[in-house]
Amino acid sequence: MLRFLIRRIALGAFVMLAVTLIIFGVFFVGPGPAYVARRLAGREAPQATVDLIRHRLLLDRPLYVEYLHFLDRLALHHDLGYDYFHQQPVSSVLKQAWPITASLAVGASVLWLLIGVLSGVLSAVKRGSIWDRLVTVSALVFYSVPAFVLGLLLLYVFYFRLTLAGIHLFPGQGYTYFTASPIKWLEGLVLPWITLALISAAAYTRLTRGAMLDVLGEDYIRTARAKGLVERRVIYRHALRSALTPVVSQFGIDLASLLGGAVLTETVFGLPGLGYTAVSSIEQQDLPVIMGIVIVAAAAVIVANIFVDLLYAVLDPRVRLH
Amino acid sequence: MTLEPMPLEPLAPEAPLDPVVARKIQGRSPWRLAYERLRRDRAAVIAFVVIVLVLLAAIFAPFFATITGHGVNQQFRGQPPGLTPEGLPIGPNHNFWLGTDDQGRDVLVRIAYGARISLFVGVVATLLTVAVGTVFGLAAGYFGRWVDTVIARLVDVVLSLPYLLFAIALASVYHADLAIVIIVIAFFGWASIARVVRGQVLSIREKEYIEASRSLGASSWRIMFVDILPNVLAQVIVYATLLIPVSILFEAALSFLGVGVPPPTADWGQMISEAQGVYQQAWWFFVFPSAALVITTIAFNIFGDGVRDALDPRVEGL
Repeated sequence: MLRFLIRRIALGAFVMLAVTLIIFGVFFVGPGPAYVARRLAGREAPQATVDLIRHRLLLDRPLYVEYLHFLDRLALHHDLGYDYFHQQPVSSVLKQAWPITASLAVGASVLWLLIGVLSGVLSAVKRGSIWDRLVTVSALVFYSVPAFVLGLLLLYVFYFRLTLAGIHLFPGQGYTYFTASPIKWLEGLVLPWITLALISAAAYTRLTRGAMLDVLGEDYIRTARAKGLVERRVIYRHALRSALTPVVSQFGIDLASLLGGAVLTETVFGLPGLGYTAVSSIEQQDLPVIMGIVIVAAAAVIVANIFVDLLYAVLDPRVRLH
Repeated sequence: MTLEPMPLEPLAPEAPLDPVVARKIQGRSPWRLAYERLRRDRAAVIAFVVIVLVLLAAIFAPFFATITGHGVNQQFRGQPPGLTPEGLPIGPNHNFWLGTDDQGRDVLVRIAYGARISLFVGVVATLLTVAVGTVFGLAAGYFGRWVDTVIARLVDVVLSLPYLLFAIALASVYHADLAIVIIVIAFFGWASIARVVRGQVLSIREKEYIEASRSLGASSWRIMFVDILPNVLAQVIVYATLLIPVSILFEAALSFLGVGVPPPTADWGQMISEAQGVYQQAWWFFVFPSAALVITTIAFNIFGDGVRDALDPRVEGL
């Protein structure tokens, strides 16, 4: 167990190093710095101004110096630099944004695991029934709908139409901090949660259905039934437990895309989380902010994947960590 | 959304074949059998027809411009009016069958042209992803040892990057265009297929016929591409069909965020993004491009499911 953890953490550190190298490569090698300096200076500015901006932003030094400097600040001082416009440290920009993305992500993932696993179990147990068909078809539809289409649709029905009808149930845009008003926080997150959850649940429905159908055919399930266990206990205690393994590993993979899905949901609902901040930083060419967000997101994925691997072993005793 | 196709479901066991029928289909190749199975799958056939219709719309997009008399980027501000006096889009009428957008352009014509981008990205990005992933998967599975380790670590790195954020970041440094979109999809997509192919190769590598090939003096390249590749092709094709809708959605998402194809190119994701501001008053501007996008991805997903059912070797054992 301890050896596994050490190995996993070492691997995670290696991956993180590679990630910084890729990000550095994308932003600092090639036309990147020149392009950014030009964009910041404006189309009409003389070359001298562009060069000065480039120098001021420390974008004109030899590559390895820049990379070592970047790595040194990141690793030793946990410093992601300053944004180009407000001279605000990137870390404080991130500090404002992450609770919003976390609120969205945690709520949505609880909801989608519930929807996905329960609907998957339902359609596997009642295989061939009208319920099965309904679940299978809606999973296919939600799998094919992009987050922004579903989000705008929900906004139209539950915000715009309801407001016209005089019912103010959900706010259209924006985020209220939990500490400011828990009720408003909840109201503002219900539609984004549903959007993200429905879209992500579809994959889990299919996965759970498939795994359950496989497991239900196994001998130990017949044994459990022969012992006279109630069907509910057979399904939830015996079958679901091992059917959950692929679900858990999918969840590990999805953490990366969760932040991706959050970008679209945050944009549609005007939630100023990490994704929304990244998108609005593009328009301003605010490189340090975008880089900071990508690095933090990658780190989150790496750490979360280690937890998922541990969870894997807890769920399925057959898995041995090595 | 993820850059991986839908998780697969297990197959319904097929009814045992009638002995008479069984005798009839003897001597047909596995591909022929798969094709016949696919043809019997009614949902897949309907989905295929939808895909062909979208493809036709894309190929003959100029035809839509000709019959309506509206150019793809033509803004109608005079006669016929493409905007209301308040500057809002016009609803569907005899002139603009699917209404106009916020700049007085014909939504129908723009949807037809938008199909070109979606299908192009869907197909080209998928081909590139599958090609890269298959080569890496073959190499990792066949050579093993350090090649396998290096590729495995690469896969770890790629799967740790939040790809939509990363794509946005890329678009901020480079000019957003179609090539970037396709490269981003391939860069993040190859890892998953490489894993699938690697797993297959690991078992094929130990077969006798590979040993036979090696003893005849075949080179590694020949064994990998001539002896092994055809045997993982079915899996690769299934994966590719299901990756097309994923690529289409990814492109639409990038364009929705303003980092895909630059305007005024007609693109579904971009149309939906432009509709955001006015869709409460102009539902058609939001509904029709969204419907085009969703129907296309559903069709590809159903068709991909059908292809998988038809090609899956587990059925052949029955």
